Amino acid sequence: MSNTPRWLYLVLLAVGVFAPLLLPQIASQLAFLWIMVVFALAWDIMGGRMGYNSFGNILFFGIGCYALAVFQRDLNWGGYWVALPLGLLFGGLLASLAAVFFGVGMLGLREKYFAVGTLGLGVAAGEIAASWGYIGAGGGLSTVLMPVAGNANVYWAYIAFAVAVLTFFALKRLYAGRIGLALGAIRDDEDKAEAMGLPTTRVKTLAWAVSAFPLGVAGGIVGNMQGFIDPRDIAFAGSTYGTWMILMAILGGRGTLWGPVLGAFVFQITKELFWVYLAEWQRIALGVLIVLIVVFFPRGILGWVRERWPQRFGQRVVEAA
Amino acid sequence: MDNLNLLFQAPVLSLGLVLDGVLIGAIFALAAFGLALVWGVMGIINVSQGEFVMLGGYVTYVLAKYGLHPLATIPIAAIVLWIVGWVLYRTIVYRIVGRDMFISLLATFGISQVLSQGMNLAFGASPVTVDAGMGTLFLFDGNLTISGIRLVAFALSIVIAVTLWLFLRRSRLGQSIRATAQNPRAARILGIDVDKVYAHTFALNAAICGAAGALVAMAVIVGPTLGLIYTLRAFLIGILGGLGSVLGSLVAGIGLGAAENLFGFLAGSELQQAFTFLLLVAILVVRNWRLQRHRKYLR
Amino acid sequence: MNAPESPLLEVVGVSKSFGGVHANENVSIRVNPGEIVGLIGPNGSGKTTLFNSIVGYHPVDGGKIQFAGKEITTLRVPEIARLGLLRTFQQTRVYKQMDCVQNLQISTPAAQMTTGSLFVRVPRPVTEKAEALLDFVGMSSKRYLLAGDLSFGQQKLLEFAMALMSEPKLLLLDEPTAGINPTLINGLIDRLRRANAEFGVTLLVIEHNMRVIMNLAQRLYCLAQGKILAEGAPETVRQDPRVIEAYLGGH
Ligand SMILES: Nc1ncnc2c1ncn2[C@@H]1O[C@H](COP(=O)(O)OP(=O)(O)OP(=O)(O)O)[C@@H](O)[C@H]1O
Ligand SMILES: [Mg+2]
Repeated sequence: MSNTPRWLYLVLLAVGVFAPLLLPQIASQLAFLWIMVVFALAWDIMGGRMGYNSFGNILFFGIGCYALAVFQRDLNWGGYWVALPLGLLFGGLLASLAAVFFGVGMLGLREKYFAVGTLGLGVAAGEIAASWGYIGAGGGLSTVLMPVAGNANVYWAYIAFAVAVLTFFALKRLYAGRIGLALGAIRDDEDKAEAMGLPTTRVKTLAWAVSAFPLGVAGGIVGNMQGFIDPRDIAFAGSTYGTWMILMAILGGRGTLWGPVLGAFVFQITKELFWVYLAEWQRIALGVLIVLIVVFFPRGILGWVRERWPQRFGQRVVEAA
Repeated sequence: MDNLNLLFQAPVLSLGLVLDGVLIGAIFALAAFGLALVWGVMGIINVSQGEFVMLGGYVTYVLAKYGLHPLATIPIAAIVLWIVGWVLYRTIVYRIVGRDMFISLLATFGISQVLSQGMNLAFGASPVTVDAGMGTLFLFDGNLTISGIRLVAFALSIVIAVTLWLFLRRSRLGQSIRATAQNPRAARILGIDVDKVYAHTFALNAAICGAAGALVAMAVIVGPTLGLIYTLRAFLIGILGGLGSVLGSLVAGIGLGAAENLFGFLAGSELQQAFTFLLLVAILVVRNWRLQRHRKYLR
Repeated sequence: MNAPESPLLEVVGVSKSFGGVHANENVSIRVNPGEIVGLIGPNGSGKTTLFNSIVGYHPVDGGKIQFAGKEITTLRVPEIARLGLLRTFQQTRVYKQMDCVQNLQISTPAAQMTTGSLFVRVPRPVTEKAEALLDFVGMSSKRYLLAGDLSFGQQKLLEFAMALMSEPKLLLLDEPTAGINPTLINGLIDRLRRANAEFGVTLLVIEHNMRVIMNLAQRLYCLAQGKILAEGAPETVRQDPRVIEAYLGGH
């Protein structure tokens, strides 16, 4: 596909490596920046590449949140620094498992039915978590603090950066494979793909499981970073995180590799600015933003660029020799 | 499971639960019918449906504060929401009619965010209710209590539903709306101003929600974040009751109301919302499995 | 005619109605391995409906369908497709936002689509075959264009190539020459024959163009108002008075 200029990687690497050191006071925002990148990339697998708009991917994030916290609380194998990666992995796997489980029924739904069904699933998870005593029910669950002297957020910024980088390259690799084409086929015409014998159910399930994994990991990170998991406002926060995922992916450009990354950057920076100037009007402004983008700019930034200069995205517009 | 035993030992109690749900369910049916109307005519799933309902409830809340009798606020809530719907159509919704399902889903989702956050700012996060001063009915030596306002709300919901049905059958506008739902292109050729029909349909739906919201405010509660569940209920009822069927919506709405109440009593009221959401998911999935062998016609 | 050993496709007494419309009534056809069989009939006579019944789009009201000795009457589209029974659509269906090569790359036989293969790049031989097939249908110069930007006729050709790419045993073609420039039709007939002879694909073809079907098919079935009216050698069917009546009788 596209040939990304090397300097872009270098700049991002520099930001990821040096920013937390140079600006420790915004380390938590930096960590969230990378989490946002993961959010948008993960959503785009389904929403952008495959044309399945999930309104309930927050489910996987929430599962990851609780999975790590419970893992640390009840097992805590090998102390904090061993249990952390293990628990993150556990959260990711559990999220993928949930995707496979729910995928059996949900992935047979199309378009609006899938959208509304996933919306229901996401909020249902929040309600169930809020009444399940084992994970703290409505009162929430406190998580273990990172045993470091000084600013733990600097560490989180690095961990989140690593997860974002891994997600990015894993997806880049994935899209280059045959499944990238399969996703496109399902997006363009699922009935045709079925009629051609493409294993659509398997592809869809894989795609959902793949997108659930990084979300589960991200959930673990955010839950730990906040030190406290509220079932509705953090773990299954459909109206914030859940909405942002979608917004960032479409803002940057659905179905492109860099679109979600760009969308996450633009969004996170704008959001932080909104915080400062808009205070509690922020969320209203975000809603307005969704409407504006969707109505006037549905292809997003990179989608628009691709439309104008398709050649730059490896697509040929003239006839071949 | 103590509650289960209780249900069987005290049939009057279960009757009360079911009845309570039935009364509320009729209000759900109103919002569901509006959703189906917009869906059928404009091809849009209005994700902000529940927020319209909440907004209607807040209109009642505010007016009742200024001393108006809550029941008298119902038409006002409907009119206010009609205007809201009209304005939304003229600014946003007309741009998304006929476009990708993705666009209309997300755009109305964005609207729902704006509305719910706006209500949050204006009225605070905690839910409110309006006392209509209707008292309570005691039957069976006080074993069966029926809230008066719920009874009234039920009756009014039925009246509104029947009026709507008549309106769509008999009035010119209603006929234009139905013609457009069947075939917009043919309707256009017949000289129907389709854009205007859409505007009326969307505004009418908002007005229905406004009236429903006024009833919700009196019979239950309204809150800035409680809209979503009404949207999903409406969707569920629409699917169960058959899209666009007034009677079907009513039956499904009443059934859902009763089921929710019974479940809430059995499993605890914390899980009542989760029940509704999971029921939606389950019904979507089961319905889809059953449809699998009856796929759409492909050329 | 071929010895009727064991037919590749056997449809026995299939009926299908939509509400009051009897789209297919007691239809029986058989297609032997290696044959090219034609299916003709006036508009609305139920040809596409029969295709849909065969490939599993809807349940049939009655009757039995067997493919390669296996009963497929109640199987669904993906399962039937994986057995090697494919169809093309009257209204073309291609992956519009993907280019022609990609459309073919993702149309490999179902057996090759293992879970592992999904995660690796498209192997070279697959790409080569894709390009060769595009060349075969005369679309080589369009290979990097998005399928959605092609004309209707070009999409028909692409869809045909996609079907060949997945190496079906039996291919049902729904009006393959509709929308194709008349000067190219002879070339297309030739390609259909070559697909049959060289790739070993058995063909069942719906066609309105009499000249094409007389040229192409070894046997013909004629449907009218949902019933099989006549069958046999093309010449015989064409001269059958009932067929002439059905075509000229306006229905
Ligand atoms: N899903 C459906 N619902 C209702 N009626 C249908 C459906 N599918 C087909 N029909 C009807 O069945 C009859 C046969 O249609 P079919 O498409 O099979 O005809 P056809 O022979 O392919 O025609 P053509 O040559 O025009 O393509 C028609 O009267 C059509 O209207
Ligand atoms: Mg046909």
